Amino acid sequence: MPVMQGAGTINQALRRLPTGPGYLVGLVPAAYWITLAFQNRLGADPVRTLEHELGIIALQFLVAALAVTPLRELTGVSFLRFRRMFGLLAFAYAILHFTTWLVLDRQLDWPRILADLVKRPYIILGMTALLMLIPLAATSFDRAVRWLGGARWRRLHRLAYPATALAAVHFIWLVKTWPLEPLLYAAVVALLLAWRARGAVFSRRRRIRGQRAA
Amino acid sequence: MRRKLGYADVTPKNLYLSRRTLMAGAAGLAAGALLPGGALARIAAEASPYSIDATPTAYEDITSYNNFYEFGVDKGDPKAHAGALTTEPWSVVIDGLVGRPGTYPLEDLVAPARLEERIYRLRCVEGWSMVIPWIGFPLADVLSRAEPGSGARYVAFETLMRPEEMPGQRGFFQPLDWPYVEGLRLDEAMHPLTILATGLYGEELPNQNGAPLRLVVPWKYGFKSIKSIVRITLTADQPPTTWNLQNPREYGFYSNVNPAVDHPRWSQATERVIGGGIFAPRRETELFNGYAEEVGHLYAGMDLTVHY
Repeated sequence: MPVMQGAGTINQALRRLPTGPGYLVGLVPAAYWITLAFQNRLGADPVRTLEHELGIIALQFLVAALAVTPLRELTGVSFLRFRRMFGLLAFAYAILHFTTWLVLDRQLDWPRILADLVKRPYIILGMTALLMLIPLAATSFDRAVRWLGGARWRRLHRLAYPATALAAVHFIWLVKTWPLEPLLYAAVVALLLAWRARGAVFSRRRRIRGQRAA
Repeated sequence: MRRKLGYADVTPKNLYLSRRTLMAGAAGLAAGALLPGGALARIAAEASPYSIDATPTAYEDITSYNNFYEFGVDKGDPKAHAGALTTEPWSVVIDGLVGRPGTYPLEDLVAPARLEERIYRLRCVEGWSMVIPWIGFPLADVLSRAEPGSGARYVAFETLMRPEEMPGQRGFFQPLDWPYVEGLRLDEAMHPLTILATGLYGEELPNQNGAPLRLVVPWKYGFKSIKSIVRITLTADQPPTTWNLQNPREYGFYSNVNPAVDHPRWSQATERVIGGGIFAPRRETELFNGYAEEVGHLYAGMDLTVHY
């Protein structure tokens, strides 16, 4: 495993950081955007802005969670202790994003909301990603790992990969042309998933080789 | 001793005054009319029976939330970058199937016009709307003076192409093909609701809203109302239009506001109302943006789901 110079020092510093307050820090942007929205300080189209900002942050936390392992393998720097927090914050922002859409944007117009949920690909993708995150959030505590057993828990939590991919496509699919921002997110997500796929192929080959040797 | 001639010598007084409304010298004529933009003086314009009875969206919102991709794809980009656009002098080429083709200085197009205030709702294809008090005059006036030929059936429009002043037209990443082009059927173009706008809220058009001359077709989605026009061409065949070229399945030539015909990716049944804060109720989108009575006959017998 390649180790970047100074990785040990960084890891030591990271170990000293408590994770608890991280949740509060992670929710500061939500408080910031929601406050501005209620003060009507988000410009001409505040609902769209709030929706967009909350969605972007959800995607950013998903990307952060997905980047933990590649970062550790590339540099030796480990954010593993914070991965659960990244995931749960991503879920919290996804819920806030969805609630904004439901309540402020579509204004609880249920017939039209339901029609959108079955008809509009970008909404179906976003909704599917959110649904995938629910079992992950629900089994994010230590005891759930013991209940499920490590292997099953890890298999379940691979749902984070398709959820992040769907979220990135959801972003591209709702814009009018090909603006840079959603494409950049999609590129980063694609790279992270490719890294995982590569890792999976290697470890499978290793496993197969190991079985032959035995 | 001969003085060098300037614009003021050849331009009708009401026009050059209107073009300099923001200057201190006009303050005396302004009668203290204080505008939301903070500027003094108003362009003299008559009220119009075509105006809708709705409270206009705030000036700040109308001039800071714009789709004008020549200046960037974000809604705030036009306001941030359009200041550098030179709109004086400006001329418009009128050509194609007309009896009097030529390059017309903007002043010549605007001078004969009786300016009107037209309060229209602008419905964007993205699913939002705002109410804008335009200052303008019927496009039909300009077209009639150019004498359309008997074979003319369509009108093509073109926006300025000037990458050195339009950052959205520069660089590696181009969202659309430039110049931006739009088109109308001749009967749509001649309809009294169709105007060329030179101002809004009693002021000259801010650059981000399509200065110095833009089209406003209130029963169609906003992107049909092409900005900063430099060419008007009368044609026999349906002209290409920018968004239709970008994605023909999503943006048709007609692009009439129609709650029953969805964008392939989203519903057009309702619209977010700009400027009302986060609890502003959505609006039910109206057929032809509320002008079904005035323009419905233009599409009699047409299947609007095919000619979207």
